[in-house]
Amino acid sequence: MRIGVLCSRIRAEEKLLFTELDRRGLRYTKIDDRAQIFDLHQREYPYDVVLERCIQHSRALYMLKLFNDAGVPTVNTYQVADICGDKFLTTQALVHAEVPTPRCLLAFTPESALSAMEQLGYPVVLKPVVGSWGRMVSKVNDRDAAEAILEHRDVLGNYQHSIFYIQEYIDKPGRDIRAFVVGDECIGAIYRASEHWITNTARGGTASNCPVTPTLADLSLRAANAVGGGVVAIDLLETHDGRLLVNEVNYTMEFRNSIETTGVDIPARIVDYVLAVDKG
Amino acid sequence: MEATCPECAASVALPADTLESEIIVCPECGAELEVVSLDPPALALAPEVEEDWGE
Repeated sequence: MRIGVLCSRIRAEEKLLFTELDRRGLRYTKIDDRAQIFDLHQREYPYDVVLERCIQHSRALYMLKLFNDAGVPTVNTYQVADICGDKFLTTQALVHAEVPTPRCLLAFTPESALSAMEQLGYPVVLKPVVGSWGRMVSKVNDRDAAEAILEHRDVLGNYQHSIFYIQEYIDKPGRDIRAFVVGDECIGAIYRASEHWITNTARGGTASNCPVTPTLADLSLRAANAVGGGVVAIDLLETHDGRLLVNEVNYTMEFRNSIETTGVDIPARIVDYVLAVDKG
Repeated sequence: MEATCPECAASVALPADTLESEIIVCPECGAELEVVSLDPPALALAPEVEEDWGE
């Protein structure tokens, strides 16, 4: 079996995956995106399956397209990366699959974005459509803050910062939930707690085990299927009236803080899935 | 295995299971470093986070 692993920077997750592949005696080729030159006329690649673990969304997206167009199965697919890498596309996929998600508005000018924020009612959350780890995600508490941040985005940002993705602020109970989906199973979940409203563990949120209830498993699988399925991490928010809302879906999931927390051997489950995809 | 930090010139010990492209932190100056070679061991300043980085 010819396994390719798309990567550049080797994080704890990639190291754990390599260790698992080595443990099983599986040979693999690291495909470092920084060293690649792709001949766009090439129609075949020497891999039976490719696991994508790039840190850069734009590179992952293009390379997955190249492999999928050449008939090489990938974990995840180009389609999944495309949808999950863009918050607007993710929201569209969730809404059309009737997966509950926070109310969201889209606008293209600072003026219309301000109107959208007033329409939603403060506080609101303004997010770049591409980006991770909670970077440049802003909680806007009032009109003064809205005007300031919209002016900054308009003056300082590139064209993507003039796409205003505005989300209803969910007053969550000091934590959110990250659920891990591999194929057709929700294999585990964690709470991410923080005194700050941004709870990403990359930003200092702390992880603890979250029991996978039938409701959580069902919603996570529906969210995963809405974006095309595979190996994905679903971020969910709890509302005060007991509902769960799907906030985001991540397609190159980080899990270093979640193996001990959940007791689930996540890299082993990912490798199992990669092998199953290879066998078609 | 040891390599020199390109930021502060400290000698940085690399564990035996270190991989190429792995990111480590210099214990002396705290700089994020990428292992660019294992034979011979060599370190470079890790690339800065870009806008589309993430998971």
